[in-house]
Amino acid sequence: MKNDDWVKHVTGTSKFINDVPLLSGTLHAFVFTSPIAKGKIIDLNYFKALELSGIKNVLTYKDIPGVNQLGTIIKDEPLLAENEVHFIGQPLAIIIGEDEHCVRNAIKFIECKIEEEAPILDPREAFRKNELIAPPVTFALGNVDAAWKECDVIVEGAVNSGGQEHVYLETQSAYSVPLEGGIKIYSSTQSPTAVQRVTAGILNLPMHKIEVDVLRLGGGFGGKEDQATVWAAIAGLASYVMQTPVKISLSRHEDIMLTGKRHPYSSDYKIGLNSEGEILAYEVYFYQNAGASADLSTAILERTMFHCTNSYFIPNVKATAYSCRTNLPPNTAFRGFGGPQGMFVIESAIHKAASKLNVEPCIIQEKNLLNEGDEFPYGQKAVNCVSHKAWFKAKELFPFEKLSEEISLFNIKNKLLKKGMAVMPICFGISFTNAMLNQASALVHIYTDGSVGISTGAVEMGQGVNMKLRQVAASIFSININKIKIETTNTTRAANTSPTAASTGADLNGNAVEKACNTLAERLKHFAVNLLKAKDIDQLKLKDEQILNTQTGTSILWDDLILQAYFKRIDLSEHAHYATPKIYFDRTINKGNPFAYHVYGTAVIQVEVDCLRGVYKINSVKAVHDFGKSINPAIDKSQAEGAIMQGLGWMTLEEIRHDSRGKILSDTLSAYKVPDVHFTPEVLEIEFLENPNKSAAIFNSKAIGEPPLMYGIGAYFAIANAIKSFRQEVDILYDAPFTPEKVLMSILGSPNC
Amino acid sequence: MNIQFICNNALIETDQSPSTTLLDFIRKELKYTGAKEGCREGDCGACAVLIGELKNDKIIYKTINSCLTPLAAANGKHVVTIEGLNLYELSLIQQVFVREGAAQCGFCTPGFIVAFTGFLLSSYNLSVDEAIDSIAGNLCRCTGHYSIIRAIKNILDEVQINNLSSAQRLKKLVDLNIIPEYFLNIKNKLESFKKEQPLTETNDDASFTIAGGTDLYVQQGYKLTREKNILIHLKISDESIRISDNNCFINAAVTIEDFSNSEIIKAIFPNVKEFANLFGSLPIRNRATVGGNIINASPIADITSLLLVLDAVLIFSNKGSVREVKLSDFYKGYKQFDKLPEEILSSVYFEVPSGNYNISYEKVSKRLHLDIASVNTTMFIITDDNRISAVRISAGGVAPIPMLLKKTSVFLTGKQISEETVKEASSIAAEEIKPISDIRGSAQYKMLLLNRLILAHFIKLHPELFEEVTL
Repeated sequence: MKNDDWVKHVTGTSKFINDVPLLSGTLHAFVFTSPIAKGKIIDLNYFKALELSGIKNVLTYKDIPGVNQLGTIIKDEPLLAENEVHFIGQPLAIIIGEDEHCVRNAIKFIECKIEEEAPILDPREAFRKNELIAPPVTFALGNVDAAWKECDVIVEGAVNSGGQEHVYLETQSAYSVPLEGGIKIYSSTQSPTAVQRVTAGILNLPMHKIEVDVLRLGGGFGGKEDQATVWAAIAGLASYVMQTPVKISLSRHEDIMLTGKRHPYSSDYKIGLNSEGEILAYEVYFYQNAGASADLSTAILERTMFHCTNSYFIPNVKATAYSCRTNLPPNTAFRGFGGPQGMFVIESAIHKAASKLNVEPCIIQEKNLLNEGDEFPYGQKAVNCVSHKAWFKAKELFPFEKLSEEISLFNIKNKLLKKGMAVMPICFGISFTNAMLNQASALVHIYTDGSVGISTGAVEMGQGVNMKLRQVAASIFSININKIKIETTNTTRAANTSPTAASTGADLNGNAVEKACNTLAERLKHFAVNLLKAKDIDQLKLKDEQILNTQTGTSILWDDLILQAYFKRIDLSEHAHYATPKIYFDRTINKGNPFAYHVYGTAVIQVEVDCLRGVYKINSVKAVHDFGKSINPAIDKSQAEGAIMQGLGWMTLEEIRHDSRGKILSDTLSAYKVPDVHFTPEVLEIEFLENPNKSAAIFNSKAIGEPPLMYGIGAYFAIANAIKSFRQEVDILYDAPFTPEKVLMSILGSPNC
Repeated sequence: MNIQFICNNALIETDQSPSTTLLDFIRKELKYTGAKEGCREGDCGACAVLIGELKNDKIIYKTINSCLTPLAAANGKHVVTIEGLNLYELSLIQQVFVREGAAQCGFCTPGFIVAFTGFLLSSYNLSVDEAIDSIAGNLCRCTGHYSIIRAIKNILDEVQINNLSSAQRLKKLVDLNIIPEYFLNIKNKLESFKKEQPLTETNDDASFTIAGGTDLYVQQGYKLTREKNILIHLKISDESIRISDNNCFINAAVTIEDFSNSEIIKAIFPNVKEFANLFGSLPIRNRATVGGNIINASPIADITSLLLVLDAVLIFSNKGSVREVKLSDFYKGYKQFDKLPEEILSSVYFEVPSGNYNISYEKVSKRLHLDIASVNTTMFIITDDNRISAVRISAGGVAPIPMLLKKTSVFLTGKQISEETVKEASSIAAEEIKPISDIRGSAQYKMLLLNRLILAHFIKLHPELFEEVTL
């Protein structure tokens, strides 16, 4: 079923924050930020800036009426720096002026003296200096120490994965309008309630004085889960102080400079196998580069732990994780939320072990796939587990043993051009791992003409959640989908919402919509019992725009039913709340049942490396993916394709670089390259594994947002395998992304790459 | 003087500064918000619009990045935004995009629709590859482009417009529900415009000269839009590329796209199209100029890399007087060159090569396409059997300036091509260059890369001599 939002998109009529006409008197805000990664603030002088034409005010932390705090999990992040700075780009002052240019021009008239200290950029260095965001966390299963002696092969190594810039095409933006002592903020956020709560704290106002409204996002990918808040709060503070509407919208360059990325990780592992290739023990240490403050880092690190064994059963596991404080902008959520970083390490370990055992990595992968009932290191059991089903379906559809032979033949014939392949199974848990967040509400109004308006906490950012919610309501009411509209996400209609994140938007909000619609449907049936002379409501059915007495065949049209119900003073509105059942996690022992269910799948990736020039192309990605029973295959397929491309980008060309002072170098789209149309593999095939899901999803579907991203991890190993067939002794560094530079330098065997 | 143009189906007249970006004008003054600001550096294409220009009795539509285009460039032309492509119901292109799910968040989508419509309006070659090239300047972070490619292939299957005259094609596109009917009247309207006013040439006091502006607007966009007194190179003569006395003259204001489509250039450098595709996206090639690429003085300038091995000469004009400088002597240091502030690069020429020559271009960047090179190099070579009778090799990204590898070229001249000779040449090249470590790669990498790319030139030329090559 086509998504009506797409009609607006192709005609350019969908509106984003920057497309909404500004109220007269609107001022613009920008931030003066720290040019130094670490130091003490000696003096901040903005008097010259205040004198510039067009400049209306400059605000510092002293102008904050409430608490100067952005942190949600850990309260360690001021909105505006007070005595110290901790990263380049940390906001120190808000400049307010007549247009977006004068506030930017004013920056060079602000003088800031900072006593500079040596920054920490590397997570291992932060670890050595005990700069940790939170105490270390350990997950354990079995007994690794006892298991090593059972192993025939033990491999150790270090693995690095880089950061990743979100490049949501719409940059961070917010527009705040003062309203009778409170404010209304139009924000491009995945977390309207977080914006509301944090801004209320900053302004020292009750939450009901802050209304947050979200129409749609021009992409989010996690980058607007926690980090849209700062920009909304800045607009909110400025408009509250000035009592005028205030807008802030970042340029691409500013957005890349000032906002956090996917967390880079540095990790150490030790893996032990028997001669059959069974993994007996796995020990791993994750050093997460959190940046200067917590943001969502601890939750992200926890998900790294949850996914540290990917889709494998390993009887003895010990995983320890450190969230390390460095002097970079706070890193944040990015599709996969720490999961991909954990999976890259286990896949690297398997790849290296395979090389030592002299077998193909897929032999080890296949041998260790999860079985029904297997226990994850966090205590949950694999239920309705289709890791084997997906793997063998992939093997049947895209015979990878045959492909491997074809590649060998190609590689014998071609001297400088080498192909490589890798198989990448995934297993990804669905639910917020903070169980509290797994709740949602829906408010459904039926208007007297029969049209329906639905408000939930779900934010539409391209993932198609609005369409899915409409489908849920249309199917329960059995009315044309065009009668159903999803309203903006607004804190006055959906209160205390969870972020639209963790791939749960459709699950949580869909269930709430289902509940509210079912209640309304029931109520309408009760009302219609007399009208249709039915014995009871079981005799009645909503079907094809009417309510039908299945016994007599008589019916009333939906529109008439609604109008008559209204005349009889029947409530045509309903609010419902949904909470995912049976999930919990005990952090004192790090065991529990954190996920409603898991998503599985297997992909085969093939690449071609030009070993003369060190460049490569990704020929194909073919995946068998567990969609549950998809509500909307068109949306889900598009989600999977997009996620895969982001995963491929993370593993190959997306490279975040900083200088030794902590200043980002890859600070524009000309210096930070994301996959373009030419990068897209010639073949991208996604096979739906039908696997109706009974647990806590909507209409037996499965969450789709994040899991397919992790197929992209296979690209690293496919490139590695191609290089190895050029030169067997090449030392694979397990240091992603595998840029053309690293390809060429590792072929050469340079120690510096 | 006012700027006049047609935007979609409306006549626009404005006294806004000619250096205002077209994007700002469209969004803020005309209130058309379908074109978006995604990056303001020509990398994402969310701001794409079409500019139609009357040439030889027909309108040629080109996709451009409106964020890097001065308003003045619209003067006397037809500007088309997504709003100007909307019909009562969805156009065929829009329908297929919806059907294939080729949109997610929708921010980039109008840019894709505009760019692909531009392709159907004006492309000579309607192949799938050219179609994909036409949208290669558009980034979609959500879909990963696969569904967009699917949509485009499907549309190409449905649209048969080969071998039609320009007027017939326009009519056919209207009939196919791809563009609105008003397009048929635009030609008359453009003809009725007075001859384009010279916003160019005579403005001697201009504080700034812009050719395409594709890099200037990235680097100094804010400053430029505030320049009241600006010289914009808009007008070029009809004979923008010509041969005279066995020399090929290229007007400095010729765009890269026109350069690569020129029959004269194609005859000299048959692979120019592949070269151009690596140079930049179509909207950039439609604006960026040969002269701009030279004067921008980037160490990895792609056109310069080619012109260096053709031993090109630059012609500067200065209030009527003319001066010539060899391109290989032009650059003096990073972004420094032998040019007086008041001089303007008017054209470039080189001797048309003859004999058994080859031109090979190599470029490696982090992303294979549409990225700034880590290292690029061009080789011009004349061989007699396997003996090198003349050779010039240029290298970019390995020194503060784009350079001609003079010693390397001298060494190779007169030698028989062999793996050993080429490797020796590469080690001479290594002594000529001074790469630095930066975002495009470490010095060591660039050193190695140039070595490999020189080898690549010869492997392409004589694969049979390098079958046993060792790396």
